Amino acid sequence: MSRPLLEIKDLHIGIVRRHGNDEIVRGVDIAVGPGEKLGIVGESGSGKTLTMLAVLRLLASPPLAVLRGEILLDGEDLAHVDDKRLRTVRGGEIAVVYQDPMSSLNPLMPVGRQVEEALKAHGATQGFASERTREVLRQVGLADPERVRVSYPHQLSGGMIQRVMIAMALATSPRVLIADEPTTALDVTIQRQILELVSSLQATTGMAVLWVTHDLGVVASLVDYVAVMYAGRVVEKATTSQLFERPTHPYTKALLASLPGKDSAHRSRLHQIGGTPPDPTRLGVGCPFRVRCPYAEEKCAQEEPALLDRGRGSFAACWKDPSQW
Amino acid sequence: MNVFLSIARRILSILVTLFGASVIVFIILRVLPGNAVSAAMGTSEGLLTRAQIAALDRYYGVGQPAVQQYFSWLHATLTGNLGVSLTYRESVSTLIGSTLPVTLELAFFSMVLGLFIGVGFGMWSALHPGRWQDNLGQAVSVVGLAVPGFILAQVLSVYMADKFHYFPSSLNFVGFFTNPWLNFQQIIFPALVLSLGIGAAILRTTRGAVLEVKSLNFARTALGKGVSRSAYIWRHLFLNSLTAVVTMSGIQLGYLIGGTVFVEQIFVLPGMGRQMITAITDRDYPVLQSVTLVFAAGFVIVNMLVDLTYSLVDPRTRKR
Repeated sequence: MSRPLLEIKDLHIGIVRRHGNDEIVRGVDIAVGPGEKLGIVGESGSGKTLTMLAVLRLLASPPLAVLRGEILLDGEDLAHVDDKRLRTVRGGEIAVVYQDPMSSLNPLMPVGRQVEEALKAHGATQGFASERTREVLRQVGLADPERVRVSYPHQLSGGMIQRVMIAMALATSPRVLIADEPTTALDVTIQRQILELVSSLQATTGMAVLWVTHDLGVVASLVDYVAVMYAGRVVEKATTSQLFERPTHPYTKALLASLPGKDSAHRSRLHQIGGTPPDPTRLGVGCPFRVRCPYAEEKCAQEEPALLDRGRGSFAACWKDPSQW
Repeated sequence: MNVFLSIARRILSILVTLFGASVIVFIILRVLPGNAVSAAMGTSEGLLTRAQIAALDRYYGVGQPAVQQYFSWLHATLTGNLGVSLTYRESVSTLIGSTLPVTLELAFFSMVLGLFIGVGFGMWSALHPGRWQDNLGQAVSVVGLAVPGFILAQVLSVYMADKFHYFPSSLNFVGFFTNPWLNFQQIIFPALVLSLGIGAAILRTTRGAVLEVKSLNFARTALGKGVSRSAYIWRHLFLNSLTAVVTMSGIQLGYLIGGTVFVEQIFVLPGMGRQMITAITDRDYPVLQSVTLVFAAGFVIVNMLVDLTYSLVDPRTRKR
C-alpha cells in the first residue's frame, strides 16, 4: 500500500453521558491511498456509518463524539483544523454520498442549485458551476439532466436522487470519495453503471474511494481491499481476492456463506448467521462475535483479540487460525 | 386557468368570512343591553316620555327591527357609505381614516420588533442549544410570555415618566408625516410592549423549528459539502423553518389586534383600538360595525399573506 491519503487511526466514537460514555466504535484503523478503493462491510449497527461521518466531523454531537483517535488527510489531523480549513476539506477534498438520499437533499431548492452550491462553496464561479453541474448530471446517467437540474427533490424518484447525490459528491473532483451505501436504491443495471463511473473517474483522477456497504457482491466487483466491521471494530482486513478465497475471520466466512452462490440451485436455502448483532453498548469482555461463532472457545469469552496477521495480506481479530477451524 | 380559479376561490372565501364576521358583530351589539339613546342620555333616559324615546330611536335609526337595520347597514357599506358616527356626528370613513394609520403603524412596528426579537433570539438559541445563549433566549421567551402586556405597559409608562420625566405620549399625538421623530418616540414604547409578547411566541417557534431542521439529513449534507456558515444557517436551516415562523407570526398578528386595544388605551394613542372601546361605551353602532369589519379584514388579509408565503417558500405546496 502506498502512502495513505486518508488514514483513520484508533478511532473511538461514543455516546457521551453524564456518567461515563458508551463506546460504539471501538478503535478502528483504516487507511486508503490515492487511487485505491477500500470496501467497508458490516451489518447495520456495526459502526461503519459513524466512522465515515466522523471523518468530516459530521457526527450528531451531542450526544455522539469522537472519544479518541486520529483522522489524517495526507498527514493533516482533521480533528484539529480550524473551521475555514474544515470547510475546504468538506465537499472539496473529501466528498460523501450519504445513506438515505431521499432525505439528504434540501426540499426547498432545485437539485441543480444544490450541486452548484457545492461547487461554489469551493470557489467556482456561477458560470462554471452551472456548466459543471450539467456535465456531472449527465455523467451519472440521468436521462434528462436539464429537467432534473430544475426539479425539486419531491419531483424525482429515489434512484434519480441517489444519482444526483453521487453527482454532487463527484462535481468538485474530490481526492477522497466516501460512499455510504450509495447504490441501495438503484436497480442492478444502474448500480453497475455507477460503479463503472466511479471506477473510470478514479482511474483518471487518482481519487481514493471508501465504499461502505453491506453487500459483498458490490465489494467483489469494485474494491481492492476490504475491511469487515463487527460491533464497532474492524475484525478482518484483506485484499478482495484473499477475502473471497480464504476468509480468516468466522464472521467473514459466515457472511460469504450467506451470499447466493453461482453454482447452487436457485431454490436452495440461503445461509443465515444465527443470533442477532450485539448491542454495542453492552458488550462486556471477550470477543463480541463469540455468541454466534461456531468455533468459539473459552479464551474468546475472556479476552478480545487484536488484529492478527494471518499471512498473504490478511488480518483477522480472531484467536483461531483458519487452519484450526 | 387554475391560478384564476384559486384566486377566485380565495376572494370568495374572504367575502364569506367578512360577511360572517359582520353578522356576528351585529348580533353581539344588539344583545348588549342599552342602545345609542340610553348611552347618550344616561340616567336621564328615565325622565323621557315614551313618545320622546320613540322619536330619538327613530332619529338614531335603532327603532327598526334588527334584520332591517342590518340590511340597510350592509347595503350602505357595500355602496361605500359607512354611515355617520352617532357620537361625533362625523362620517365613519373620516374617523377610521384618521385612526387606521395609527394602528397600522403600531402593528407594523410591533411586528418588526417582534420578528427581530423572535427570529434573532430563536436562531441564536437553536444554534447554541444548552449553552448560555440558549438560556438567555429561553429567559426572554419566558418573560415575554409570562408578563401580561397591560402590566408591562403601565409599568413602563409610569417608570419612564417618573424617573426620566420622559413621557412622549402626554403630548398630542402627531402623525408620522408631521413630525417623524416625535411620532417615532410616541409609537416605539407601545410597540415595544406589544413586540415582547409576539417576539416570545415567535422565538419559541423559531427555536423549535430550527432545532428540528438541524437534525435532518439535508442539513448534514449542506455542512458536508462545505457551504459557508451563513449559507448553512439562512439558506438551509432558516428557509426550512420559515413556514413555521410565518405561521406563528400570522397568528401573533391576529393577537396584535386585541393587543392594540389596551396598549392604545394606556399610551393614549388615537388608534382604532381606542376608537373601538369608545364606540362600545357609546353604543356607537356604525363606528363599531365598521371598525370590527376593518379588523376582520385585516385578519383575513394576514391569513392570505401567510398562505401566499407557503407557496412561495415551499415548492411542495404549489401544485395541488
